[in-house]
Amino acid sequence: MPVNAIEMIDITKIFPGVVANDRVRFEVLDGEIHALLGENGAGKSTLMSILFGLYESDSGTIKIRGKEVRIRSPNDATNLKIGMVHQHFKLVHNFTVTENIILGLEPRKGSGNVDLAGAEKRVAELSARYGLAVDPRDKIENITVGMQQRVEILKILYRDADILIFDEPTAVLTPQEIDELLEILRRLRSEGKTIVLITHKLREIKEVADRCTVLRRGKYIGTVQVANATESELAEMMVGRTVSFRIDKKPCQPGELVLKIDNLTVIGSKGVPSVRGLSLDVRAGEVVGVAGVDGNGQSELIAAIAGLLPVKSGTIYLKDKNVTSSKIRDRIQAGIGLVPEDRHKHGLVLDFRLDENLILKSFRKSPYSNRWGFLDFDATARHAEDLIAQFDIRAGSGPATPAKSMSGGNQQKAVIAREIDLSPDLLVVAQPTRGLDVGAIEYIHRRIIEERDKGRAVLLVSFELDEILNLCDRIAAVSKGSVVGVLTAEEADERKIGAMMAGVGAQRAGEQNNEEGGAHVR
Amino acid sequence: MSARSSVSLQDRILDKFTSSDALVSVVVVILGFLVGTILVAVVGRDPGGMYSAITQVLTGWDLRRGVWNARYIGEWLVVSMPLILCGLSMAFAARTGLFNIGAEGQYIVGLTAAQFVALYGPPIPVLHWVLAVLAALLAGAVWGGIVGILKAKYSVSEVVATIMLNYVAFFSSRFLTMLIPGANTYRTPNFPTTALLDSPFLQSLTNGSRLNDGLWLTLLSVLFFWVVIGRTRLGFSLRATGLNKEAARYAGINVNSGITTAMAISGAFAALAGAIVALGAFTYGRVLGGQDGYGFNGIAVALVGNSTAWGTALSGLLFGMLTSAQPLMQSRQIPKEITSIIMGLVVVFISLRGGVRMLLEWRMKELARKGRVSE
Repeated sequence: MPVNAIEMIDITKIFPGVVANDRVRFEVLDGEIHALLGENGAGKSTLMSILFGLYESDSGTIKIRGKEVRIRSPNDATNLKIGMVHQHFKLVHNFTVTENIILGLEPRKGSGNVDLAGAEKRVAELSARYGLAVDPRDKIENITVGMQQRVEILKILYRDADILIFDEPTAVLTPQEIDELLEILRRLRSEGKTIVLITHKLREIKEVADRCTVLRRGKYIGTVQVANATESELAEMMVGRTVSFRIDKKPCQPGELVLKIDNLTVIGSKGVPSVRGLSLDVRAGEVVGVAGVDGNGQSELIAAIAGLLPVKSGTIYLKDKNVTSSKIRDRIQAGIGLVPEDRHKHGLVLDFRLDENLILKSFRKSPYSNRWGFLDFDATARHAEDLIAQFDIRAGSGPATPAKSMSGGNQQKAVIAREIDLSPDLLVVAQPTRGLDVGAIEYIHRRIIEERDKGRAVLLVSFELDEILNLCDRIAAVSKGSVVGVLTAEEADERKIGAMMAGVGAQRAGEQNNEEGGAHVR
Repeated sequence: MSARSSVSLQDRILDKFTSSDALVSVVVVILGFLVGTILVAVVGRDPGGMYSAITQVLTGWDLRRGVWNARYIGEWLVVSMPLILCGLSMAFAARTGLFNIGAEGQYIVGLTAAQFVALYGPPIPVLHWVLAVLAALLAGAVWGGIVGILKAKYSVSEVVATIMLNYVAFFSSRFLTMLIPGANTYRTPNFPTTALLDSPFLQSLTNGSRLNDGLWLTLLSVLFFWVVIGRTRLGFSLRATGLNKEAARYAGINVNSGITTAMAISGAFAALAGAIVALGAFTYGRVLGGQDGYGFNGIAVALVGNSTAWGTALSGLLFGMLTSAQPLMQSRQIPKEITSIIMGLVVVFISLRGGVRMLLEWRMKELARKGRVSE
């Protein structure tokens, strides 16, 4: 009988106001890939943070390889040969791969100097053994995100870990990189490592995992053999009801040109162009998606459209109006609505009430304030009640609810309600469903399609390829700040867009897809 | 059973304490007095003396001799007025997310401007002092506005800029005031009486105290603050900027002009304090020998008042009370420093709120754990 590598029994962790883990059990066999599945806020990360020593559980026992242990810090975890690849990498950018890996554990030579050459040799060996193809001498800032992730993997392998926890490892990768990562996971398993994969992506689980444990709202739901479960069964366990991932939509009927971006260049925060010669147009009545890996100029593109970042060169037309250098407020008036990427930082004033947030863009207008500059609280509250009913926003004390006390999904609904209520000609939506539960995602997707059907132009920026494929009528893949190619919904599939996101043009992507389709044996 | 309910009561109190800002301030003030009382007892004096001094400030009653004199109430209000105004100055900036540490400088600028108009303005009744006050408001708005522009245009930290401008204001005031013919190293000639804020009515009410028409200006200022911050478009955009600058910018609010406007209004509040002191408490222009300190006390006033209009007014009255109780306490053989200690403690306790919140979270967890174990 195989030994349990990890056994977590009756783990309870309480944060103020939330029971993040409620008597959760989690058992991982030695040498398997075990997926930990759940929606955002289901308690996956909390459970793994307890295992890695970032939090201590309030009650429950942990056994590693059959022995009961207390893990009070990541150092304890490392000593127990547990390693974690975090979602956000913890690397020093101007250090080399090897320097990053040995940081805090530098091997010394007899003279007392760091034995860099020896370390490099060991890193190269590890890299070769697990097929990671990392050059120990590369600087972190010069390698891709996918490579950086491998450095993180090497970092824990270097520390002799044989239980590896991956926290949403595919969130930052292109589809091709995801395939490569899954291959690496299989390789690690064949070398005898035990792997925990935290994720909410069902397909990845089906592809690599042996077993899967599902959490929902902090509670243990069950553990299944992945081979015996279908994706929709897993989804049902995760959400607690049947869900449809496809949305029904009518064929799109594109109208007049609403947004025309021509040869746009925008300087990003690092002082170098983040958007380079980007051209794109969106018509009334269609959803155009911008697909790309995070950090390929999407944020700067949105900022430039909204007027938050100055444009270095190129033009932005809204209908017939050149808005390239208009003020933010004038663009809002001209008909640009924006659901920003980060609702807490940019979308809402969390310390404001819900009704105040709902008039954040319209408080200057009647009826919310009169011509003497005084606010009308009654009109504001009535407006909020309207939108609450219309958009099904759940807010404990109605219009007076503080925005910060609302759930993420309802906060996002509030932002979307505010933007749609302004009935803009162009609705720019960035990452509209990040961190939301399935119910809220379904609702928001439906609302976006409704806006399209009303004849609005929608520009959707998302890192979730599924979302893009689901919602968009046309898809523009971006890489390094420019559009690599535009595909219609019918032409597009994950492989083609994936290749384009990696920088291969639309034409080539098609060819490559064919080649790979033949060569790829599953 | 009783232990359980006492726990929940305790939790309720803690919960209230951390959720209501106004209540925190009240509790904190009580705590401050409690510790102050203990300190008085520890140094071997009668704490009752402290409270009898405070009673005298608040009501005019001298409990020791059973005499009533309304002058004490008037003096209390006189001291409170600049504290409230400087508190409003700090609070207005704070609501916009700015830390205006320059109320002292803005106060000096206002005081100086008022003094100049008092000496050189047309000696027409009412118009004279109105002009002096307007000049002070303008000077303060400019002085604060400079900081706002520096911050908005060049990202200069308002903390650094205001501290520096405090010195510029102080030494410029001395220099310019000494240039006035007839001025010596500490004073100018007397103002014409038309420039003074003296109010015979208020004086007769308070038995000849220095209470003056500045009282109405202060009251108006509190009302202005309350209306502008809470019920106008300007206030809405400033509050949004203060609570989340980025979200305000995304919503099309002009954050930079907001910062400048807020600093200008903030400066005007402090400058009004300067004008009221110059024209209400003195009959001549002063060559400042040191900083009056109202500006810095305003920071504490706003902190205790939670940067709200009426909270700041109340906390200004509290600080004014403690300040004007000092001489009365001394006559009761109680060290006057006790009042400064109480003021300090109040500020420290306010800052401890974060700590209390942590305690509350820890307790909640303990309770939850116990609840699970007993299940």
